[in-house]
Amino acid sequence: MAKLTLIFFLSFLIFSSSIAFQSDELLVDDDEFGLEGAKPRSTDLHTSSSSSSPQQQQQTPTIRRRYSDPTDLDSKVQFTLEHAFGDSDFSPAGTFSARLKTWSHGGKTLTKLRFSRNDFSAEEKDAFKNLLKGDDFYRIRLPSNVVSPPGREFVIASVRARCLPRDGLDEHFIIHMEGANILAVSYGSPGACQYPRQLKLPAKWSFNSHTILKSSEQAPRTPIFTEEILGGENVEGEVEPPPERSFWAKYWMYLIPLGLVVMNAVTQASNMAEEPAGGQAGGAQMQPAARRR
Amino acid sequence: MAIRVFLTLLLFLSSAILSFSLYEDQAGLTDWHQRYIGKVKHAVFHTQKTGRKRVIVSTEENVVASLDLRHGEIFWRHVLGTKDAIDGAGIALGKYVITLSSEGSTLRAWNLPDGQMVWETSLLTAQHSKSLLSVPINLKVDKDYPITVFGGGYLHAVSAIDGEVLWKKDFTAEGFEVQRVLQAPGSSIIYVLGFLHSSEAVVYQIDSKSGEVVAQKSTVFPGGFSGEISSVSSDKVVVLDSTRSILVTIGFIDGDISFQKTPISDLVEDSGTAEILSPLLSNMLAVKVNKRTIFVNVGDKGKLEVVDSLSDETAMSDSLPVADDQEAFASVHHEGSKIHLMVKLVNDLNNVLLRETIQMDQNRGRVHKVFMNNYIRTDRSNGFRALIVMEDHSLLLLQQGAIVWSREEGLASVTDVTTAELPLEKDGVSVAKVEHTLFEWLKGHVLKLKGSLLLASPEDVVAIQELRVKSSGKNKLTRDHNGFRKLILALTRAGKLFALHTGDGRIVWSMLLNSPSQSQSCERPNGVSLYQWQVPHHHAMDENPSVLVVGKCGSDSSAPGVLSFVDVYTGKEISSSDIGHSVVQVMPLPITDSKEQRLHLIADTVGHVHLYPKTSEALSIFQREFQNVYWYTVEADDGIIRGHVMKGSCSGETADEYCFTTRELWTVVFPSESEKIISTLTRKPNEVVHTQAKVNTDQDLLYKYVSRNLLFVATVSPKGAGEIGSVTPEESSLVVYLIDTITGRILHRLSHQGCQGPVHAVFSENWVVYHYFNIRAHKYEVTVVEIYDQSRAENKNVWKLILGKHNLTAPITSYSRPEVFTKSQSYFFAQSVKTIAVTSTAKGITSKQLLIGTIGDQILALDKRFVDPRRTLNPSQAEKEEGIIPLTDTLPIIPQAYVTHSHKVEGLRGIVTAPSKLESTTHVFAYGVDLFYTRLAPSKTYDSLTDDFSYALLLITIVALVAAIYITWVLSEKKELSEKWR
Repeated sequence: MAKLTLIFFLSFLIFSSSIAFQSDELLVDDDEFGLEGAKPRSTDLHTSSSSSSPQQQQQTPTIRRRYSDPTDLDSKVQFTLEHAFGDSDFSPAGTFSARLKTWSHGGKTLTKLRFSRNDFSAEEKDAFKNLLKGDDFYRIRLPSNVVSPPGREFVIASVRARCLPRDGLDEHFIIHMEGANILAVSYGSPGACQYPRQLKLPAKWSFNSHTILKSSEQAPRTPIFTEEILGGENVEGEVEPPPERSFWAKYWMYLIPLGLVVMNAVTQASNMAEEPAGGQAGGAQMQPAARRR
Repeated sequence: MAIRVFLTLLLFLSSAILSFSLYEDQAGLTDWHQRYIGKVKHAVFHTQKTGRKRVIVSTEENVVASLDLRHGEIFWRHVLGTKDAIDGAGIALGKYVITLSSEGSTLRAWNLPDGQMVWETSLLTAQHSKSLLSVPINLKVDKDYPITVFGGGYLHAVSAIDGEVLWKKDFTAEGFEVQRVLQAPGSSIIYVLGFLHSSEAVVYQIDSKSGEVVAQKSTVFPGGFSGEISSVSSDKVVVLDSTRSILVTIGFIDGDISFQKTPISDLVEDSGTAEILSPLLSNMLAVKVNKRTIFVNVGDKGKLEVVDSLSDETAMSDSLPVADDQEAFASVHHEGSKIHLMVKLVNDLNNVLLRETIQMDQNRGRVHKVFMNNYIRTDRSNGFRALIVMEDHSLLLLQQGAIVWSREEGLASVTDVTTAELPLEKDGVSVAKVEHTLFEWLKGHVLKLKGSLLLASPEDVVAIQELRVKSSGKNKLTRDHNGFRKLILALTRAGKLFALHTGDGRIVWSMLLNSPSQSQSCERPNGVSLYQWQVPHHHAMDENPSVLVVGKCGSDSSAPGVLSFVDVYTGKEISSSDIGHSVVQVMPLPITDSKEQRLHLIADTVGHVHLYPKTSEALSIFQREFQNVYWYTVEADDGIIRGHVMKGSCSGETADEYCFTTRELWTVVFPSESEKIISTLTRKPNEVVHTQAKVNTDQDLLYKYVSRNLLFVATVSPKGAGEIGSVTPEESSLVVYLIDTITGRILHRLSHQGCQGPVHAVFSENWVVYHYFNIRAHKYEVTVVEIYDQSRAENKNVWKLILGKHNLTAPITSYSRPEVFTKSQSYFFAQSVKTIAVTSTAKGITSKQLLIGTIGDQILALDKRFVDPRRTLNPSQAEKEEGIIPLTDTLPIIPQAYVTHSHKVEGLRGIVTAPSKLESTTHVFAYGVDLFYTRLAPSKTYDSLTDDFSYALLLITIVALVAAIYITWVLSEKKELSEKWR
């Protein structure tokens, strides 16, 4: 039953995606953060899975179960994505909304990021077509501080417009965060961008957006050696025998010269096959001569 | 074929035992070391027995040294730290050299003959102030007159014998600035003259025995003072008022302050603002007005009177007592290519004691400073010698109308280095001529053979050593087959370009930068950076390579730049131009025009980019690549990195067609409250990467992410930007980034909690190694980051490669989403580091070594394998075979791995590496106060025979073999014949 509704939902979405607003945001679970209290260890928050089935991501509805258990320290923030076509001025293009989680030690992290993308208006479509023709830049910007936008500066990113269109307009954000600050945003198509870039108009004027929040990774610690020495016996026992290597891998250095020698011998032998007639004849002539002497 | 060579090479490398060290007799064969001191600030001559032949100098590179007056050699030398600037120097008790440094807070005494430190005293300082040192001149050695030191708001009297502070007096009152500390010879009263709020003169009289204030007087001067002060006698000083148009003589006989004003317009007509020059002349004053130097005699009652005037370009020394209570001073001025040295009596300027004319090299510029010394000639008359400091920072001793010696002290402040090829060998000069005769050649080899068979007598060893140093024409001025002979081009802060020969370090040519338009604002541009401008390959025989020298007029960033093109072979300036815009960044492009001139972009402060060379051909080449030219700027103070792309031509009246506007593509904004940029680094643009793939032990392939557009950035918490130990581990963290400079993508980001700078990093191929301080562990750490490309990971299949179904030849675009992963590992490193470099070879096949400039001013060669992120505790057999070293938490410091062996490159600031033509070998040049050069072979010289290879032995063996073959052949023939007759 569930499957059936899902399929129905999917097909509905596929059908509707070309006409109306679509958002493909995915909620970020609190669990995905390291809850140790320290700064989160390697948090790659994929708000969407790999691009294999972009349509499926759109099924993530605007409401998820975690939405209903906000912590007291959380506060809601919203910041706008702005875009510009070539050298034009920036204009609003979408809204990010998220929860700002304040940790007991004072640090802040952004969770539950969602994104709603505005569709291109008619003028914007024309502007974008011009960009495609001129292989120009499509630029976006975000405030550098989400609590008090725009913060110190805007964080800008650009992409050649011809990199975006596939079936629709595929875009991929990686937002690098440090607390409530946005350091940088990487923006582009989710996959490769062929070079030379071909002029190609999108079939559908709608965005497939994928968003990833990233914060800094902790450096791996230099191992503490005292522990390793204590546990040395275990290590001894666990030493795996080196994987058995193939005959070729073991003896190639002998086999290649051998092969060469054999080949040499073969070619020489084939040459010799012609020579013996003359050679023996010569020898036969010589022998009597020696005897005569 | 290449693969086979590579494989055999690998085999060879894995079998070679690692050793970087040299044998004792190899030192000095390929390396050379030159010692410098820097631009001289003070010079103290001493005429007593012990120091008659030497002069004590202190320099702007914070060096205190004792030089031989006859030859200019260094007797001894001490390089103080970079923050330990020397404020004054003197000689006390006839045997100690006294130096005051660190803004008057450190006083040291050095033994005059050998330079050993006798004592050191730290003095209390409270505020920023002038620092004044006065060492009493007394000829009685046994009696201890205290040294008076003023610095940081306190006056100290220090015993010269043991450096004990006898007394101190506090002058840290608000708004009070001490200007002079004077003591009349033989008097026990010290006068301390200062200005209160620059408008009130205060004189303290202090008893030099006890440090008590005997009397204090102050008088308000309504006009206010303007700082510069000149003491003309023990009870008079002359100072300018705040308008700089009135000279005020302040007399304080017995503590009574009297002012006497003399407008400069009374002295000279149509005067502007004046400037008091620094030389101390007794009862006389040198003032610079209207670009002329006037000498003003100060009478007994403070009456001023002009006695002489000279052209502006005159340098003067302090006055010096000569016989009969008279004082003399030296002055030097230019006239064409000659300089005139004159020594005159202060009282009677018409009485010229000495007049000498000396031919001077134009490339030394003007005379900056003169220090005079007198001596008794053989005929018992007074002789004078002068130590002069030139505009290029060189130091010369003039005596008897000649330059006795000269030192190129400009080389102590090298700012940028590049290398250049020597001219090709033309007909008529052949190597055979160097190799004397066949007999001598053979003799040399027999000697070497003896040496290698341990048969050589001590005399033979000496002869072998000599032969080696002389041998192989390493000092010739032509290109050699192995590329061992090269020119090192060094640009100094004084704006002088030197070409040094790698063979022995001699100066082949030198050239002082000239301002193209002889404008007043910019007489001499200072050197900023150096670029390869033209490296001819196609016309190597008939075209000379050239370098681009970028200079700047003035120190601020908006100062106009100067470009100068210099021929590398001759050292002559081809052309120079005043470019009329500032220089923020110079970007060599990877394109050259038909004359093989490299295209350069120069960014100015306005945000425009200018193309050089300004030719239509360069413009058309550039227009083709216009779309694909990106650049970035780092605003370290604001914590912002911006990426730009070319937009269009400049508009405006002054703009020409070679000027382009840009637009911003991306920004990375570091939060100002938590991160501050302390280091940025890119790969060397001319680095060669031999292989893009790395084979793992499990037959797996890793593709290196080799991009020219990667930027390494290190940031620390603003609190942690200070000195080590100033913050707790919780307060400071270090974050490193790898940023793609085309799209602004952050490819890698790693934070180190509880760590702080300074960060020293090196970036090569696909890896970065950086050095920083771990506060938690109280140790320095080195981290390596290697970045690999995953998008090409599917290309492992051999069949795909054969059938061409791979994407290895597809163009790489930065707009594709990069699929990269990084590997990193941290190690402790026991030493503090000044700079890190990496060896570079012609094809990039040879394994790499990190060259670490340690705090001890030595260079340590550390194999890259030690900082491999794949090191594990228990490497498997296969990994061991590959050469992976078992993991340790600390990087080893092997004493034999110091490439500088017994030398120290004092004040080490940078290490430059350049490939030679021989793949195994790389040139290493280190600069600081000293210069050091050597050749390194990180994997030993696997592609050439060593210098001490015995050709004679080979020859003898071959001859013996041939003889043996012949003899045995004859014997066997005979035997065969006899058998057949049987």
